[in-house]
Amino acid sequence: MSSTVIEVIEKEKKTGDETPVVVGRAVYEHPLVVRLCHWINTVALFVMAGSGLQIFRAFPSFGAKIPQKDLLHWPKAFAIGGWLGGALQWHMTFMWIYMGTGVLYLAYQIFSGNYRQILFTHRDAPGVWPMVRHYFFFGPKPPAREAYNALQKQAYAAVIVLGILSVATGFAVWKPIQFSWLAWMMGGFHYARIWHFAVMWAMLAFVLGHLVMVILHGWNNFVSMLTGWKKDPEY
Amino acid sequence: MDEKKFRQNSRRELLKLTPVLALGAFAIPSLQEGLLKRGLRFSDWMGARLFRRGHLATTFNNSEVTPFDKFPLNTYDVDDPGVIFENWTLTVSGAVEKPGDYTLAQIQALPRLTQNTRHVCVEGWDVIGNFGGARLADFLRMVGADPAARFITVNCADDYYESLDMATAMHPQTLLCYEMYERPLTREHGAPLRLQIPTKIGYKQAKYLTDLKVTHLLDRVGYWEDQGYSWFYGL
Repeated sequence: MSSTVIEVIEKEKKTGDETPVVVGRAVYEHPLVVRLCHWINTVALFVMAGSGLQIFRAFPSFGAKIPQKDLLHWPKAFAIGGWLGGALQWHMTFMWIYMGTGVLYLAYQIFSGNYRQILFTHRDAPGVWPMVRHYFFFGPKPPAREAYNALQKQAYAAVIVLGILSVATGFAVWKPIQFSWLAWMMGGFHYARIWHFAVMWAMLAFVLGHLVMVILHGWNNFVSMLTGWKKDPEY
Repeated sequence: MDEKKFRQNSRRELLKLTPVLALGAFAIPSLQEGLLKRGLRFSDWMGARLFRRGHLATTFNNSEVTPFDKFPLNTYDVDDPGVIFENWTLTVSGAVEKPGDYTLAQIQALPRLTQNTRHVCVEGWDVIGNFGGARLADFLRMVGADPAARFITVNCADDYYESLDMATAMHPQTLLCYEMYERPLTREHGAPLRLQIPTKIGYKQAKYLTDLKVTHLLDRVGYWEDQGYSWFYGL
């Protein structure tokens, strides 16, 4: 726990006794800038994935054009933009929103020192397996000492890396000549497109896990991402 | 803080997230088109800023070139608009010292350049082709184009039309292309003359050129651009 404020909630007794009684604690976990970035980025990621899949529909393959072998037929109902040009408009618009919130979030984390909360280090590694055992195999719940457990740290640190990779692979697809060094690192334009697609699925896998965790274990976390405050934290 | 105050505080913090709702503007039909156009224009503006005049597109070995029969044909209307080669000229107009009709022989008298470069389609596929022709920059110097002019527009025998920014037109790899795979252009690939611009997306590489104008103001942008695609689309 670094700089988060701890407030004590008190309630005056109705019996005339003025002595306040502590009924719980609350921690201000997420400052406004983090919450804004989280929710704007949520919308942006949704639009980027949806429009990206519509763009993919124009050539649903990673091989040659002649002969064309389609990888999968992605249903139009799960895509955004309606047609290739429309999807590109969505993609080219929301990529700036996506990157903007990403950069703002990263800048805040770095300058506030908050990144330490989710920085996954070698000290967290032994804590990952017990958390997995707890969440997925009914193992005992490891005691919480910090705002984020080892598995959370690993997941959040990984998704930040994925976010950066989604932008890097995106630039390699959008500007393979101006950013030829990026495209080169990914094996050229052709492979950059494959990486960009793969990174999207990795991010969507994170989102799925994130949602499952919130539904199963994280109602308080969901509330605190909305209001900033978490009531009765375990740590 | 008592519980009532805590709840008030939480509500206030929740309301601070209202800026996220501004993204809802994209869901309003009357606003959506304008917002997405603006996003696309911003991406084009950014693309033009990212363009480096002297930076060359990657060139490839002959062994990496896609075989000619595997080089896709994409036409918007007809594969062969029936150009009569004997009568063909390129009509040059606009901000040039020597407007008029130029024959293929005059263009072929300019230094010939051949290059193996990647052709990227907006749909997502890419091929490496072999192209030969004269530098558009050399041709523009020959006709005495105003170096302060900002755009080039072209018209085609199949009524296709396109336009280029001057920086791209002057790029050393931008060709008035009359050869593919060491042979004269076939009719399907745009004979007798097409644009070949390795730093641009596929639909900018107009075929069957008939008119070229040097201009300070764009009156016509491009066929696919008018359908909603990006104008700059530099790679």
